[in-house]
Amino acid sequence: MTTTLELLQLDFVRDALIAGGVLALLAGLLGPLVVGRGMAFAVHGTSELSFAGGAGALLLFGAGAVGWGALVGAVLVALVFGALGLAAHERDSVIGVLLSFGLGLGVLFQSLYTGRSANKFGLLVGQIVGIDTGDLVSLAVTGLVVVGVLAVTYRPLLFASLDPTMAAARGVPVRLLSIAFAVLLGATTALGVQIVGALLVLSLLITPAAAAARVTASPLVATVLAVVFAEVAVLGGIVLSLAPGLPISPFVAGIAFVIYLVCRVVGSARTRRRASRTVVPSASEATSTSSQSALASQRPRPRS
Amino acid sequence: MDPAVELSGAELRRGPRTLWSGLDLQVAPGEFIAVLGPNGSGKTTLLQVLLGLLDLSAGSVAIHGSPPRRGNPTVGYVPQQRALDPLTPLRGRDLVGLGLDGHRWGPGLGGRTRRRERVAEALAQVDALEYSDAPVGSLSGGEQQRLRVAQALVGDPSLLLADEPLLSLDLARQRMVVDLVDRRRREHDTAVVFVTHELNPVLPVVDRILYLVEGEFRIGTPDEVMTSENLSELYRTEVEVVRVRDRILVVGAEESPLHHEEPVEAGVR
Repeated sequence: MTTTLELLQLDFVRDALIAGGVLALLAGLLGPLVVGRGMAFAVHGTSELSFAGGAGALLLFGAGAVGWGALVGAVLVALVFGALGLAAHERDSVIGVLLSFGLGLGVLFQSLYTGRSANKFGLLVGQIVGIDTGDLVSLAVTGLVVVGVLAVTYRPLLFASLDPTMAAARGVPVRLLSIAFAVLLGATTALGVQIVGALLVLSLLITPAAAAARVTASPLVATVLAVVFAEVAVLGGIVLSLAPGLPISPFVAGIAFVIYLVCRVVGSARTRRRASRTVVPSASEATSTSSQSALASQRPRPRS
Repeated sequence: MDPAVELSGAELRRGPRTLWSGLDLQVAPGEFIAVLGPNGSGKTTLLQVLLGLLDLSAGSVAIHGSPPRRGNPTVGYVPQQRALDPLTPLRGRDLVGLGLDGHRWGPGLGGRTRRRERVAEALAQVDALEYSDAPVGSLSGGEQQRLRVAQALVGDPSLLLADEPLLSLDLARQRMVVDLVDRRRREHDTAVVFVTHELNPVLPVVDRILYLVEGEFRIGTPDEVMTSENLSELYRTEVEVVRVRDRILVVGAEESPLHHEEPVEAGVR
């Protein structure tokens, strides 16, 4: 306990907390849209390519260029995913292909790198010591840009993500927004790769939003909850990792997972209560509800 | 007053195929037009033209006297019934709200009260207030489709376009959706262009029919269009139109879903 408090006084720990806070805010804001668009696998693919970009930059230009490499890798691949549109089957196989290629490339770059080994593994499992003031500035700029773009595009983006047919009929540029969203996601993923590592970016971009979706159907409440959950996971993870001197990612992932489990339990209790409240309609209505949802879960979601 | 829809000499080609040409159609305010025809005859494409998503290859089209444009607030749209994912993070009122301002840019912080009132009005019009806070994915197909109608009506449209809104609904829910649309056009003089495979659910309320087959078409009242001669000419094969009580059955049009639904109709009667 004393050790943790002492460590919290250190500058690099404070920088890490600020960086983690910004990352969690972005992840929480984007997460519900990622979940709504069914893009969990795309996030994973983006993070592996971001890892490859970071590792390549480390090999060629040294530790200072890792952030830029990670950003370039993530945004490039996100653009490819965004341009692919949302046809689920094809998209998943293309992501699988690019993901494995990127991971292989990243491992190659890392093997060729002869510098400090902490630099190597940081990209995979996360590191906080590597964050310096320069990183904080680029982090803040990225954060402001992402939040700014979201403020302007949020309603059409939500519409296009959750109800693509209607959105297109109402004149929303669904395809353009798909690409814009991919870029926001790429930028956020690149930050995540540098802080929690490529392997566990999902624990910030997916888990908090998936947990929130279990307990509310309101997009606003879901977003607020996702931000809160992501902040708890990142800030909690950083603090807990200090004393044992372990990477932060297992703690971040662990906290996020516990939040998710709690939300599932709360959510299923709510669903049961709602079901018992609305038994009023006729028996045929009830059967058609269950057959509808059975149908919906089998069928791939229609996407633009 | 300008007609709600005015097509003249309209033609639409897709690649080498001409879906339809020489189409002249005026839809008056408050009129209910059903668009019938087999798959691939260009029914949905016609709606896309009216929504401003697709341009005509030739001829002209006007909505209330002006060219169609994307996101026109005077045009409402009801899509095909398609089950929403059970985990879609939207409540009924959110889905309807997206129909009102989901296409607008910016954070949309002003006018929240007025927005809530308009959404509530639209929900009330389709009797969906009681489940407006439930997650849309937990609702039945009929309830979801009622929300779709509210989503189309919330912008107070003077033209309502519906693309197969009855598909995969049972007869009782088909009737409910048709009644909602019919009530809307009678109370607000909203013109309705209703694309459907099945004529019978809309037969009691329909004013005119546009029947499209392979580039040919007929326009007129159900009595004028739904004759054995007309449909035989359209399908270029012997087709018989039979009236059973207040229903019209089409026999012999291989592609016509009217034909496929016969056993269902027979079972219900």
